[in-house]
This record gives sequence, C-alpha cells and structure tokens, in this order.
Amino acid sequence: MTAASPVADDRPSLAVWKFASCDGCQLTLLDCEDELLALAGAVRIAHFTEMSRVDIAGPYDVSIVEGSITTDDDAERIQEIRRISHRLITVGACAAAGGIQALRNFAEEGAFVGAVYAHPEYISSLNTSTPIAAHVAVDVELQGCPIDRKQLLEVITAELVGRKPVIPTHSVCQQCKGRGTVCILVAHGTPCLGPVTRAGCGALCPSVGRGCFGCFGPSEGANTGALASRLLQIGMAPVDASRLFSTFYSGNETFGDQARSLRSADDKAGGATAVNS
Amino acid sequence: MTQGEDRTLSVEALARVEGEGSLHVRVRDGLVEDVALNIFEPPRFFEALLRGRRAIEAPDITARICGICPVAYQMSSCAAIEDALGMQVDEPVRALRRLLYCGEWIQSHSLHVYLLHAPDFLGCQDAVGLAELDRQALERGLNLKKVGNLLMEVVGGRAIHPVNVRVGGFYSAPSREALGGLVDPLRRARDAAIETVAWVSGFDFPDVSADYRFIALQSPGHYAIETGLVASSDGLSVTPAEFADLVVEEHVERSTALHARLNGELEYLTGPLARYALNSHLLPEVARQAATDAGLGPVVSNPFQSIIVRAVELVFACDEALRLLDGYEPPDPPGSDIPMKAGSGTGATEAPRGLLFHHYDVGEDGNITSARIVPPTSQNQLTIEADLRRTVQGGLDLSDEDLTWRCEQAVRNHDPCISCATHFLSVSVTRS
Repeated sequence: MTAASPVADDRPSLAVWKFASCDGCQLTLLDCEDELLALAGAVRIAHFTEMSRVDIAGPYDVSIVEGSITTDDDAERIQEIRRISHRLITVGACAAAGGIQALRNFAEEGAFVGAVYAHPEYISSLNTSTPIAAHVAVDVELQGCPIDRKQLLEVITAELVGRKPVIPTHSVCQQCKGRGTVCILVAHGTPCLGPVTRAGCGALCPSVGRGCFGCFGPSEGANTGALASRLLQIGMAPVDASRLFSTFYSGNETFGDQARSLRSADDKAGGATAVNS
Repeated sequence: MTQGEDRTLSVEALARVEGEGSLHVRVRDGLVEDVALNIFEPPRFFEALLRGRRAIEAPDITARICGICPVAYQMSSCAAIEDALGMQVDEPVRALRRLLYCGEWIQSHSLHVYLLHAPDFLGCQDAVGLAELDRQALERGLNLKKVGNLLMEVVGGRAIHPVNVRVGGFYSAPSREALGGLVDPLRRARDAAIETVAWVSGFDFPDVSADYRFIALQSPGHYAIETGLVASSDGLSVTPAEFADLVVEEHVERSTALHARLNGELEYLTGPLARYALNSHLLPEVARQAATDAGLGPVVSNPFQSIIVRAVELVFACDEALRLLDGYEPPDPPGSDIPMKAGSGTGATEAPRGLLFHHYDVGEDGNITSARIVPPTSQNQLTIEADLRRTVQGGLDLSDEDLTWRCEQAVRNHDPCISCATHFLSVSVTRS
C-alpha cells in the first residue's frame, strides 16, 4: 500500500502484526488515549494495519505480535517477521499460549472445522493453535486476555529506553490483598484461580465477587496441584475444575497439564461428577 | 483512465478495519465483472469449542471473538442462554446492561469515526495524519473514546473483555457513587458527540445511494440496543428465534466467514444505517436535533454518510447513558439464579456494527451441545460487495490509486469486523 514520504527519520520503527486473535490486545494500544499521540511521536509507526494505510517495508526496530499460529501460511509469516525485526514482543494469551482457540489442540483431528464449515476443503487450518515462541525466539512476552494497558506502556517505554520491563510474576492473590478484597475462596468457598494466576489485571474478578478464571496465565512457581485439591475439597466437580484450568491458557503447560490430570481423574470416576455438579 | 478498458483492482490487506481481508475487483470492457471481499482471517472455531462447555461460560468465551465489541457478544450470548433456560431478567438488570452497552457503542463508534474512517475523508493515511491536520479533532475523539472505556470499566470491571457480566445479570452492581462519577464526563462527551456530528457532516461525500434492505431490532419506546424484535425495512417483524430460522449461511471458497442471506436468497444490511432508518423517530431530542442540523432525513441511503449516522448514535449513546444514570438504584440482587435444565434459545442484540445473534442448545447437564453465532459482518458482506460494485462502476474515471482508496473507504463505511466474521482487507491495483 502507500508508503510515507521518505523524510529523514531517526525514530525507532514500530510494526504491529496480527495472527489468530480477537484484536483486543492491539486495541489496547489504541486505548492508550492519553499517550497515543506521544507514542506516535516517539516512534515511527511503520506497519499497523488496524490503524493505518501506511506500510513501510522492514526491517523494524520493534515488532509487536498479537495472536497464535493456526495456519501453514502464518507459520511462514512469523519466520519472516522475526527475520526483519530487531526486537519481537508478543502481546496476549493467544501469542503466549495459543489462546482460547488452543482448545482445538485437545479435539479429534478435523472435528472443529467440520462443526463450523460446510466445506472443510476450503479451509486451510492447522489442527493446533500454538504460541509464537513455539516458532521463533521472542524477546518479551506480555501476558493477559486481554493484556493490561499499563503493562503495555511499561513494556514499550522500557523498549524505547533500552531497559528490562518491570512486570510482576507473582500471583493475583497479592493484588487482592493490595486492594483489600476479602478472599472469596476462603471466606465464601468460591472457586478461584487467583493463587496460581499471574498478577496484572488488578485482581478484578474477586473485586466483583467472582473467582479469578486465570486470564493472565500461571504465576511464577504456581502450585496448581495444591489449588486443584482445594477446589475439589470445597465441592467442585473434577470436570469443572478441569474446565477452569483449560479456558484461556489451555495451551500453557502448567494449566493444560493440570486440566488434563483433573479430566483423567474424572474419567476414571466414570464421569459421574459431570452431572449436576 | 477511460471507460471501456479492462482493469483489475486488488488490495491484499485492507487497513483500518478490524481483522484481515483483501479486496479484488475486475473490470472488463468498462463494466464491473467481479467483486470479491476475501476474508483470510484464520478461523478460530468458536462454535466447535463451545460444545461441551458450561452454558454459563458462553459470555466469557464468546467475548474473545472480538476485542472491539466484547459486550455485544456477552449480551447476545446471555440473552440466548437465558432464553434456553427460560429465565426472565429484571428491569433494573436490563437497564444496567443497556448502560454497559452504551459504553461499548461510545468506545467503538468513536474509534471508528475518528481513527478508522475520518482519515479517508481528509486524505490522511491514519490518525497520526489527522493529528497533524487537526489535532483538536483527534483529541476530541480520543476523549470520547476514553469516556466509553471508563463507562465499561465502572460497570463491567474492564473495557476489553469485561469480567462483571454473567448469565442472569451481573456479579455485582456498581454503587451509586461509582456511577455518579460518570455524569460529568458523559455530559462533556455528549457535547463532544454533538460537535462530532457537525464536524463529519462537513466532509465531502461521493454522490451515491443504494436501496438497501435494512434489518435492525425494534423495541417499543426505545432506540433498540439490547432487546427487541427483528424488523426489516420491507415489513418483516419476527422474534430473534424466528429470524435465526430465516437466515441461511453459505460457505464460499474465498472466505472463512460465512455469507448470510435472508430466506437463503436476499442480501440485507444491518448496522447504524439500518437502525437509523427503522428507529430514528425514537432517538432523543438532542440526537434528532443533531441529525437535523447535519441535514439528515429519516433514512440515510448514502453509505459514505454512515459516519454521520454513527456520530448521531454517539450523541444518543451518551444521552441514553445519562438518562440511565439519573435515579440509578443498584439492582438487588444483581443477577437472577440460573436453573439447571435443558433447552434451546436465541438471543439478538445490536452490536455497534449491527445485529448479532446467537443460538444455543443446552443439555440437561447444563452443557452446550450446539452453538450458532452470526455476527453483523457476515450478514453485511454481500451488501458490502454490492456497494463495491457500485463504487467501482461509478468511479471508473478515477486513477487506480484513487479508485482503490475509494473502494477501501466503501468497505470501511460498514465498519466491518473481520475478527468477528472470522480478520481485515488489503487492496492492490493492476490493470491488464
């Protein structure tokens, strides 16, 4: 498409790329209403299809990548993007763990496409949804479904000044304590993934009285086994606990393995717990 | 560029749309021979991955179809699951949902008007170009967008993929104090929206019009958002479930989005133009006045003027949010209990870009056994192609570069959400 006028420009170039995703993480960049114009002044936006017709050829100083790899074409495209990007940052659960669409990884081959499309032969799609890091080296991975706006600004700022971003790896529990929310798991027996989920959202769900559903993926050193036992103790059916671990981060090993372990426990029990739990 | 020659226009990645698509146009002997909006957004198979999930998970899972209109997905899925389970939602909860939805309309419409669509009319590549030309205008747009996001954060807990929505209502109701803090920002936003209508109505519009078959929700006494019957400009008025039966989707080779037709044959248009044509008499005075001042009649049939209608809807959404805030009492309880039973249900609501309907079958164990999700862009795709055909036929005197840009603009007129319909459009021009 249209190239910008070739004026001298020593600002770092930024490219934003989309793979299989909902656009919510790149929208987070446009949701930085107070900082957007300052950012657009500090970098040269060279490729950001959702925002601009400008499309300047690489190489790029920084590429931000949203989405997971679900097609052969995209598996090739990410290689090319890596090749022309000095730094590569991924944003969101899709890019970090395959996203909600990684649930296909656990289905029978072909079952998903046939359920949606009348002509599966028109569809070119892999049977798996895989994270960007499974294909190329990633410099920074920002977690979340969606990512947090302040964390995104921190990552971009750190990139621009050449330091490591300060992103917490502890659990949502600490953010709950920080905002003074009473523990809903302890006080009300509400199933909650807060103890094993990475902080970043601001502990939103417990603040409205619902359990955390793990949309930032596992925290560092997450003891999912201990939490799973606790969930079963408070009366949650194994199949439901399994679903809780396999929603937005099912493609992550820590959550995915825990989900499979709970699922196989349920299968051994004959699946009886699946009904009216 | 003379008429009578053969030309091929193609855009391999359409910019300033949500998702990934491309556009191809072939002209032979001065006549448009073929127009195709190709959608190559990789499919994510939501209807398949919902099978076997708890019905109550549908709002959180389907929100992930689209980061720009997650509330629309949450509202349509809640309505469909509630229909399946035979649930009624109390009026205060319905009003709070409508308030949340106003936030999404404000956020999404200001994004589209200022960042995605207005640059076309001003010859800018993007919002950065707009800022160089008219920084005050862009700042007004960003401030409006911010108020929409703020409203969603206060009611929904988060602007993108809100966490407070559940089948039956909300996890918790925002306090009066929390909502009270929104009054001043929304009043300023309403003023900014009125300025927006005046601003965009001064743009130059290509002189085109189309005889659209409009489809939108209609609800007595209200400009419909979160509930209503499905009505058309040619007299249809049916329940969402009946409408779902009338819509036939076909799978064509060039698209990972299914194409919807009414009764399997008729193309139609949903979205701001349709809502305005069917419901403009129900707009509040302030929005009607803005529309009148902008020179709009009761029906707008020039798709390029959809930007004015979107701006009028911005005025409406701000005003409606203020009306809902006035005298707000937190619903108690914030949501109804969810029965465990089998059933089938359909729900339809007005996403910012048009009618979005969901249908679910739920088993006795509370799990989804089948799901059908029909987003506005799937429904609008054939009409968008028809618009492209008219745009090309009427613009053969333009250079390839200008005609290509005009084609892109014709697509953006309908604010397509390609992640919803599956991702975005690219155009390139070659002439034989």
